[in-house]
Amino acid sequence: MLRLTATTYEELRVHGEVTYPHECCGVLLGRSEDGVNTVEAAVRAGNTRTDSAHNRYNIAPQELVKIQRQGREQGWDIVGFYHSHPDHPAQWSSTDLAEAHWLGCSYVITAVARGAAKKTNSFLLTGASEEDKALVTEEIVVQDQVPLAAEEAQERLRSVTA
Amino acid sequence: MKIHIPTPLRVYTGNQDTVVVEAKTVGDALQQLTGQHPDLKKHLYTEEGKLRSFVNVYLNDEDVRYLPEKETTVVTDADALSIIPSIAGGD
Repeated sequence: MLRLTATTYEELRVHGEVTYPHECCGVLLGRSEDGVNTVEAAVRAGNTRTDSAHNRYNIAPQELVKIQRQGREQGWDIVGFYHSHPDHPAQWSSTDLAEAHWLGCSYVITAVARGAAKKTNSFLLTGASEEDKALVTEEIVVQDQVPLAAEEAQERLRSVTA
Repeated sequence: MKIHIPTPLRVYTGNQDTVVVEAKTVGDALQQLTGQHPDLKKHLYTEEGKLRSFVNVYLNDEDVRYLPEKETTVVTDADALSIIPSIAGGD
């Protein structure tokens, strides 16, 4: 299961619209516990596949090292990655599986049609090694968030009515 | 020096996210890592003993493959190695 806030969910979907018609990509930082990958932050990354950015993505390892370091400072691990499929379904491809190496991590794919984010799916990379790995559909749980402004408004209302 | 272990490989390091070794070179550090945690070896190296193509090893912010001395680069306790499997794909 992949758990993330509505804000983070929206951020990674919007990223795919911003980079359209090219693929976007990014890293999901958070915690992994009992089969649940909980995302605390989605970090945008550059797509180095400028030769074929409409249907390929690659995150520079050097950027990953930096993002991993940022996460460590917050007590977060890399728990997944996201990318977009411009004008293509939100399903993993043979390329996605062949180039997925982070077992136990979530691979989130958003279909972007004519510049608008459509379906978002998440796939858990299961298996014990490269030889038996598989991408398996997992549930995405988007947690409701009370906007800060609404919280403040409620607090003020309480102080007024008290 | 510290060696940072990526999430998928921590199952082979007893869930440690960082392994500390005393090493003089990058190669020495990796050898000590796989010596302490032998199950890691087949996930990092091919049967021919070469680093798997998708496994990147960074000394601080430098890719070891592109360092002039590569795995014989001298290290100190203040350095850190990061093992980073690659991230790529597409439709």
